[in-house]
Amino acid sequence: MDSRNRIVVVGATSAIAEHCCRLWLQGAAAQLTLVARDAAKVERIAADLRVRSPASTIDVVTMDFLDTAAIRQLAQSSGAAGPIDIVLIAHGVLSVQATCESDLAACREALEVNAVSPALFAEAFAGELAKVGKGTICIIGSVAGDRGRKANYVYGSSKGLLSRYAEGMEHRFAGTGVRIVLAKPGPTDTPMAAALKAQGRRLASVEGVARDIVRAIAKGKPVVYAPWQWQWIMMIVRHLPRFVFNRLNI
Amino acid sequence: MRPVSSWGRLSAAPHDVVELTNRDSIARDIVGRGPGIAHGMGRSYGDSCLNPDGVLWTTTGLDRFIGFDQQTGRLTCESGVLLRDIQRLSIPRGWMLPVVPGTQLVTVGGAIANDVHGKNHHQTGTFGDHVLGLRLVRTDGEIVDCGPDLRSDWFAATVGGIGLTGLIAEAELQLRRTVGPWLEAETVAYSGLDEFFRLSDTSHPEWEHTVSWIDCTSTGELRGLFMRAKPAAGIDRPLPADRRIAMPLTPPFSLVNRLTLRPLNSFYYGLGKWRTGRQIVPYQPFLYPLDGILDWNRMYGPLGFFQYQCVVPERDAVREMLDAISRSGEGSVLAVLKTFGGQRPSGLLSFPMPGVTLALDFRNHARTAFLFERLDAIVSAAGGRLYLAKDARMKRPMFEAAYPRLAEFAAFRDPGMSSAMSRRLMGS
Repeated sequence: MDSRNRIVVVGATSAIAEHCCRLWLQGAAAQLTLVARDAAKVERIAADLRVRSPASTIDVVTMDFLDTAAIRQLAQSSGAAGPIDIVLIAHGVLSVQATCESDLAACREALEVNAVSPALFAEAFAGELAKVGKGTICIIGSVAGDRGRKANYVYGSSKGLLSRYAEGMEHRFAGTGVRIVLAKPGPTDTPMAAALKAQGRRLASVEGVARDIVRAIAKGKPVVYAPWQWQWIMMIVRHLPRFVFNRLNI
Repeated sequence: MRPVSSWGRLSAAPHDVVELTNRDSIARDIVGRGPGIAHGMGRSYGDSCLNPDGVLWTTTGLDRFIGFDQQTGRLTCESGVLLRDIQRLSIPRGWMLPVVPGTQLVTVGGAIANDVHGKNHHQTGTFGDHVLGLRLVRTDGEIVDCGPDLRSDWFAATVGGIGLTGLIAEAELQLRRTVGPWLEAETVAYSGLDEFFRLSDTSHPEWEHTVSWIDCTSTGELRGLFMRAKPAAGIDRPLPADRRIAMPLTPPFSLVNRLTLRPLNSFYYGLGKWRTGRQIVPYQPFLYPLDGILDWNRMYGPLGFFQYQCVVPERDAVREMLDAISRSGEGSVLAVLKTFGGQRPSGLLSFPMPGVTLALDFRNHARTAFLFERLDAIVSAAGGRLYLAKDARMKRPMFEAAYPRLAEFAAFRDPGMSSAMSRRLMGS
C-alpha cells in the first residue's frame, strides 16, 4: 500500500495552488493529480514539481472546467484509484467589474468560472469522499465574497456562492471524517492580481498565503483567512451599517 | 507605474513593471514594449537593474525548475529561480552550486548577468564558469541558445553583460558534488596588510573559501579577521533551524555614521577575535553572511548607501586606498578584502581579474563623494576596475579604460535593452 498522500489540485496553474503543491512536496512525497485548462502551462508546473520531488508521482489532466460529465468522470476515476486525502479547488479569474456590467457574456463567464465550476468540482469530489468517509476538500474563496461591493460584486458574489456552498457541505459532513476548508485569501501577489499591483495596492506574498492554506488543510479548519488579519478587517466590513457602507467608495 | 529601488536604496523612481511568469511567451511579452531591463531580486546595489520611468521586466515569477540529472549534476531552470532554492534542492541530493555570492537571495539570471563570484573564486572561478548553456530572448523576438561551446560569442557577451544582450530566460548549470552542508571554518585575527597577503597566499591551496574583514577605521597598523573554510565530511547532525532577524523599518538617519563607525568596527573585531579558532559550521552563515539580517540595507537610512567594490592587480594600491579611507573619517562596517584567483573570466564584461578585491559600504553623504574620487584615481592608476553589480556612480571614461573588451561587447547589445547604468556608462 502506497503511504503517500493522494492530492488532486483543480486549477493547478493558479499561483496559490502551485505554491501549495511546492509546500506539500517539500514536506513529503505525494501522488499529485494536477487538473488544468492550459496544457503547456500545467506541464511546466508538473516538470518543476518533479524536479523538486523525484519520489512523487505527478499526473496531469487537462479538461473543460464546465463539462459536467468530464468533472464527474475525473472525480470517479480519482476515487476509484484509492482514497483521496486532499482536493484543492483553486481556479478563478479576477473579472473586470465594468466589463461584466456592460457585457453579459463576460459576466456569465466570470460567474461560471468563479462560482459554478468550482461548486461542480466540489460536489463531484464530495461524492467520492463520502464513499470512504474521509478526506479534505479545500475551496479557495476570497475576502471579496464576504460582502458585495460595487467595485467587484461579480467576482465577489461568485466567491460568496462558494462560501455558502462550503458552509452547506460542512454541515452535510459534520460528524464524519470528511473536512471542508474554505480559504479566503486577501489580495495576493499573483499574476491574477497584476492590475491591482500596478495601482500600487499592497499584496500578500503568495508563499505566505499558500502556507496558511496548507496549514488549515492539515488541521481541517473550516474557514481560513490568509493572511489572518483579513478576518478582523472583513468582520468590520460585514457589520458596517448600510448608511455607512453605501457611502464608501470601495 | 510603481517605485522600484535597487539594493543601495539611492533612488525610488517609478517604473512600468511587467511581471514575466511564462517562459514560453517571453518573446511575446517583451517585443515592442521596451526599451527596458530585466529585474530579478534587485540585489544589485547601483543602477544596473533600474530603468527610471521605463519598463522593468521582473523575472521572479519565472521560478520553475525544468530538469535535474542526479547522476551528472546538471540542473536546468528558469532564470528567476533563487540560488537559495537550488541549494535547498540539491544539497540533500549530494550536489551544490559551485559558486555563490554573499547572499543566496539572488536569481540565476542575475547571477549570470553580473557573473558573480564568491569566497572560493581562487578555486572555482565565477558563476559563469559553471553555466553550460542559456536561452536569451531578444526584444526583436529572436531566441538565442548559447553556451561555452555553442555560439560562444553570444555567451561571453551575456555572462557579465548586465542584462544588455537580451532577457535571460533559462539556464543549464553544472552543480558540484558536495560532502554535505557543513564547513570546517577558521577565523584568524591579524594585523597589517602584509599579514593578510601572507595568510591569503598560504591558505589558497588548502582552503576552498577565504575572505577577510578589515577594520577600515583602524589608525596605524591595520587589523582584521581572516576567515577560511573548507567542506567538512562525515558530519551527521541536524542543521539548525533558519533563524533570521529582520530590520523592521528604515531609521530616519543612517545608523552607520561618524559616531558609530569606530565602536561598530571595534565591536565586530572583538566578536571575531573571541571566536577565533576552528569550528564546524553550517554553510549558510559562512557563505551568506549578508542573509543573517533581512533588509539590512535599511540601516543606512532613507538616503541609502553606496557600495564601492574594486579590484586592483597590485597590492600597494590596496594600502593606498585604505590610507585614504582612514584619513577621510568615512568608512564602512562591512569592509571586505579578498585575493582573486588567476583564471580569465567567461564574460567580456566580467569583473574579476588577478589581484585583490576590496569592497566597502558608505552611507550616502556629501563627504563620501570626495573620497570616491580619490579612490577612483588610485584604482585607475593601478589598472584596476569597479564592479558593475555594485556601482552607481562611476564615470564613463573610467569604465571605458577599465573594461578593454567593451568594443567587442557592443556588437551583441540588444537595442531594446537599456538601464540607468547602460545610459550612464555606454550612452544608450
